[in-house]
Amino acid sequence: MPKTAPETAAAGGDPGPGLILGFARVVARDLRLALRQRGDALLAVLFFVLTAMLFPFGIGQEPNLLQRIAPGVVWVTALLAVLLSLERLFLRDYEDGSLELMALSPVPLPVIVLAKVTAHWLTTGLPLLAAAPIIALMYGLPAAGYGILLAAMALGTPTLSLIGAVGAALTLGARRGGVLIPLLVLPLYIPVLIFGVSAVDAQMAGLSARPQLLLMGAGLLAAVALAPWAAAGALRQAVE
Amino acid sequence: MSTQAAAPRKTRSLHRFANPGRFLRLADATLPWLWMACALALAVGLVGAFTAPVDYQQGASVRIMYVHVPAAWLAMFTYTTIAVASAVALVWRHPLADLAARAASPVGASFTLLCLVTGSLWGKPMWGTWWVWDARLTSVLVLFFLYLGHMAIANAFDDAGRGRRAAAILALVGFVNVPIIKFSVDWWNTLHQTASVSRIGAPAIHSSMLWPLLTMALGFTLFFAAILLVRMKNELLGQRLRNLRAASLQRRGEPGAAATGQPAHAES
Repeated sequence: MPKTAPETAAAGGDPGPGLILGFARVVARDLRLALRQRGDALLAVLFFVLTAMLFPFGIGQEPNLLQRIAPGVVWVTALLAVLLSLERLFLRDYEDGSLELMALSPVPLPVIVLAKVTAHWLTTGLPLLAAAPIIALMYGLPAAGYGILLAAMALGTPTLSLIGAVGAALTLGARRGGVLIPLLVLPLYIPVLIFGVSAVDAQMAGLSARPQLLLMGAGLLAAVALAPWAAAGALRQAVE
Repeated sequence: MSTQAAAPRKTRSLHRFANPGRFLRLADATLPWLWMACALALAVGLVGAFTAPVDYQQGASVRIMYVHVPAAWLAMFTYTTIAVASAVALVWRHPLADLAARAASPVGASFTLLCLVTGSLWGKPMWGTWWVWDARLTSVLVLFFLYLGHMAIANAFDDAGRGRRAAAILALVGFVNVPIIKFSVDWWNTLHQTASVSRIGAPAIHSSMLWPLLTMALGFTLFFAAILLVRMKNELLGQRLRNLRAASLQRRGEPGAAATGQPAHAES
């Protein structure tokens, strides 16, 4: 947004430290809020473990089968857990009006979005990353798969948070916001899912998982570069 | 986005058609010609499709191609149109661009569904299955859901203006899928064949099959243009009707009361 640059300069000299400070303050604020309401972040992990637990009941407990579907189950359930947590990304700030103050602040809105997404990933993506090996263990994933699974999830879950931020920002104030987010976001999640699962599958098949991981890294970089601007545009029209 | 408020002054040429009255007159003048050209192209294309030689491997079922391929092209073309119209609407706040984007998305969804259904019907005799999780099939399915999301979000707000802008942003974000569909068959070597018409060098399809295909594609494109104009016209007339009704209610309710700042579409 071109308008914010002169404002930043006017608000207090050097824009560089201001940006970083603003980013850090928003991350710290959101983390503090999440710490005070620990239930929210735990809920996503709980949902992740619970839905993963359903599959052996649904399709049977044959070890070979479970081992083969392990990466897919971990990815799909993690994706749904992230989806579940998206609604609270901006909703509370939107309802109590702090989003309007953030939009008015000298820190550019895309930077604030990036900060909020970072805090969202730290409170949802990271706990999912920690819980994933447990699920994989229960599904009997061979030892060779764990490193790649964690690497792929470390690259993929931030992308999920970034894309999800666009969907969450677009549906602020919509009549059926909670139902709309999956419709908007899930189609865009598919590439992350495809490469995330095929990285682990390639490793298990004795191939290199490098191409998939590189593509996921590229996806993450593209999302970092584009999603905050799209989400900021959506937020701006939500608060105007 | 307040910095862009001054932009319309500079782009007079684009905004000549922002006047709904002028647009309606233009649409009324062009629509009969569009419908005639569309009917002609579809008739010639259909005759061509049924008289074209059968494929040496596929037999007569190759004729599904004359509906499937134009529908697929139009599905992607429509999304591109929506993305361009959304960009124009967001940058220049062009009112008709917004209208065009929203009017186009159910049409695009129908083309995508037609493409998926005909592809499925064609897949059963040729591949032996209604559906495979092939890269191109999956990405076209994703396109279908993007259309549905676009339609859903445009109608999800009480404030119609917010729905329009949210839909425009979503259309631009979803545009990343169009190149993925186009190149999916080149990037992933799966069941769906690669492009045989739009490739460098001569098309890999015989001219006796190519001309009915291109005529059908022309007919589909003309149909899209005509139906888009009709839908935009309907939406404009609906707006005008709502404004008139609101004005008459106001007049009846409190005579002499000041107007509440309804947009001035009704007068044009």
